[in-house]
Amino acid sequence: MIVELGHYALVLALALALAGGTLPLWGALRNDTRLMAVASTTAVAQFILVALSFAALTYAYVVSDFSVLNVVQNSHSLKPMIYKISGVWGNHEGSMLLWVLILVLFGALVALFSANLPLRLKALVLSVQAWIGAAFLIFILISSNPFLRLHPVPFEGRDLNPLLQDVGLAIHPPLLYLGYVGCSISFAFAIAALIDGRIDAAWARWVRPWTLAAWGFLTLGIAMGSYWAYYELGWGGWWFWDPVENASFMPWLSATALLHSAIVMEKREALKIWTILLAILTFSLSLLGTFLVRSGVLTSVHAFATDPTRGIFILIILCIFIGGAFSLFAARAGTLSQGGLFAPISREGALVLNNLLLTAACATVLVGTLYPLALEALTGEKISVGAPFFDMTFGPMMVPLLIAVPFGPFLAWKRGDIVAAGQRLLFAFGAAMAVMILGLALMGTPAALALFGVALSVWLMVGSISEIAFRVKLGRASLAESWRRGAGLPRSAWGTAVAHFGVGVTVLGVVGATAWNSEEIATLKPGEAMSIGAYSVTMDGFVPLSASNYTGTAVRFTVREGGNVVATMEPEKRLYTVPNTPTTEAAIKTFGFSQLYVSLGDIGTDGATVVRIYWKTLVTLIWIGALIMTAGGALSLSDRRLRVGAPKPARRAVPVPAE
Amino acid sequence: MRRLLLALSLLAATLPAFAVQPDEVLKDPALEARARALSVELRCLVCQSQSIDDSDAQIARDLRILVRERLQAGDTDEEVKAFLVDRYGEYVLLRPRFTWHTAVLWGAPLVLIGLGAILAVGLFRRRRVVAPAGLTREEEARVEALLARDD
Repeated sequence: MIVELGHYALVLALALALAGGTLPLWGALRNDTRLMAVASTTAVAQFILVALSFAALTYAYVVSDFSVLNVVQNSHSLKPMIYKISGVWGNHEGSMLLWVLILVLFGALVALFSANLPLRLKALVLSVQAWIGAAFLIFILISSNPFLRLHPVPFEGRDLNPLLQDVGLAIHPPLLYLGYVGCSISFAFAIAALIDGRIDAAWARWVRPWTLAAWGFLTLGIAMGSYWAYYELGWGGWWFWDPVENASFMPWLSATALLHSAIVMEKREALKIWTILLAILTFSLSLLGTFLVRSGVLTSVHAFATDPTRGIFILIILCIFIGGAFSLFAARAGTLSQGGLFAPISREGALVLNNLLLTAACATVLVGTLYPLALEALTGEKISVGAPFFDMTFGPMMVPLLIAVPFGPFLAWKRGDIVAAGQRLLFAFGAAMAVMILGLALMGTPAALALFGVALSVWLMVGSISEIAFRVKLGRASLAESWRRGAGLPRSAWGTAVAHFGVGVTVLGVVGATAWNSEEIATLKPGEAMSIGAYSVTMDGFVPLSASNYTGTAVRFTVREGGNVVATMEPEKRLYTVPNTPTTEAAIKTFGFSQLYVSLGDIGTDGATVVRIYWKTLVTLIWIGALIMTAGGALSLSDRRLRVGAPKPARRAVPVPAE
Repeated sequence: MRRLLLALSLLAATLPAFAVQPDEVLKDPALEARARALSVELRCLVCQSQSIDDSDAQIARDLRILVRERLQAGDTDEEVKAFLVDRYGEYVLLRPRFTWHTAVLWGAPLVLIGLGAILAVGLFRRRRVVAPAGLTREEEARVEALLARDD
């Protein structure tokens, strides 16, 4: 019964989405305020209905209702409760329902928390949002319905996939979806602006918080997924340039560009058309990501062709929304007025460079991801485009971008002084050079490339500190005065510095884990030891494991440094009972920011065990950096300007400290 | 990531062995280093974009051993790749070779940057001729009015 209610709520939500997509749009075109006012009500009601529907499905999972096909296929009564719940979105149908739930959640948030938004703009935004919702609700109801019943009712569920029983995997998709779907808001704003033919700085100010929030969730989601792959897949890799990863990385790159161009638009009213285009592109890439992951086209063009219903459906949605958006863009972009003028060397110029490199990098990832599919479809020829390609093309594009990052905040709007900016960055440059020279003296020229990477990260980190130091007059005024100035700096300035610092931290982690990653493989018997770096790892013996749904063996290792025991580690091999699947669980120990990573291979009958140990230098900084970036985004999001949309003189490079 | 979801059916079919087993490692460290560097560039044919260096599938192990055999027989890196391409096709290379049908792929990054740069330069040039400097008083008033109204 509850399942039927959920199903019914979903149908009602579709009806409301159709109403919410049509009436306010009609109202906006006819200037009818009553019709426009419908938008908020339907947006909130849609959210309530989809939430009910999602709750009903969750209930079916919690009570293991095996009369529901989706539950049978993706759950099992023996699963721990938390994985029964995460199983709701651990499959195609449920994850699409989560996708729509987040979509309508964002719509409801716009309806409830944008009191200062003009009614007409709000109506247009919410109706675009409702149309997206309607399209995906139709998709769910027609081709991916999670509420279908099954008869006869099987006694037990079919899936207890051990690899999916993981907290990381439970949190990763919702975070990523919050990011993906969050991009729909800036898309809806862009379409509303195009329909309206009016766009100004205020528009950018309304869009920015939504973009920031979506970007933050994307950052967290991608970092989370990367860490999950790192500890779960057992060989210590953290980024694979896999098409599914690329599918989430492209919207991130594009959203990062959008964040920056929206600043130019907000402060200087320039780059309007470009910002609109980026908003459309970002959501298009999110939709493309959904298509790539959901259609099975990645496995092979042929796999897609054998069961194309879902893929074709998403492809149609993709074509309607992206095609429609671009047609509207082509028709209306010319009518948008040009904004402020600026010299190439200026804050705007720096942000244009940021956009140029980020967009080109994003397009390169796109080409690399789709090229094999296109080539196979056109010529039947199969090629692979993998990590070596992306490392070779994406890496070099990031270098000039990262070198330019610290300059940006030091340049004035309209016309900047690069020499003055350079002088203010002398300390950061000195620090980077010192690291480089010291490193070369200690490690010699073979490490030059890695040291360049370290210098780059130092440049980024010290550069962002320098910016704050300069703005609070650190060392040039009394500490009390600097403190007062620091407290008076807008949160968005702190956010910028913190986020850029985070980029530096991630770069350091990437360089460390790539260049100074060491690896030892050996076959050990109890009592034997192997060494890696400064550590000696001794295999002590076997520990039998048993849990409700698996049995297995752990191997205990003692880690010593210079004769002293510093850690014990217990990597495991598990055998899950249903289905009969063996897995390996790596053991990870953090020393400072670096990690020791031990995983097990085959265990011989005589106790001889294949052991693989990695030393991952500074690897945790990769994810810590992402957390810092997100914190920067959150700081910026809490800026007063974004919260209440209060007009504030924004042209001054150094704001007067608040009283 | 969720590539795993897709690769699961494949993974489930194979016993979890390891990427690079101790018994595969060559005695000569220089040769072994070359083998590892090559492995990163070669695709595990049944996996979803994993190199044979990462993969624990049986075919990846076979390929790793094959690469080492070729290296011991005195092949250069290029000869090893050519040998594998003969057997398995271009699909085995994770870094596609530059040929006419990958020209677009390899050319894309440079062309994209170039196009973007031309657009950006055009942005400055066109503006210099056509647009008046900065925001006009009228425009500023409009922004302020708009912001004030919506507060």
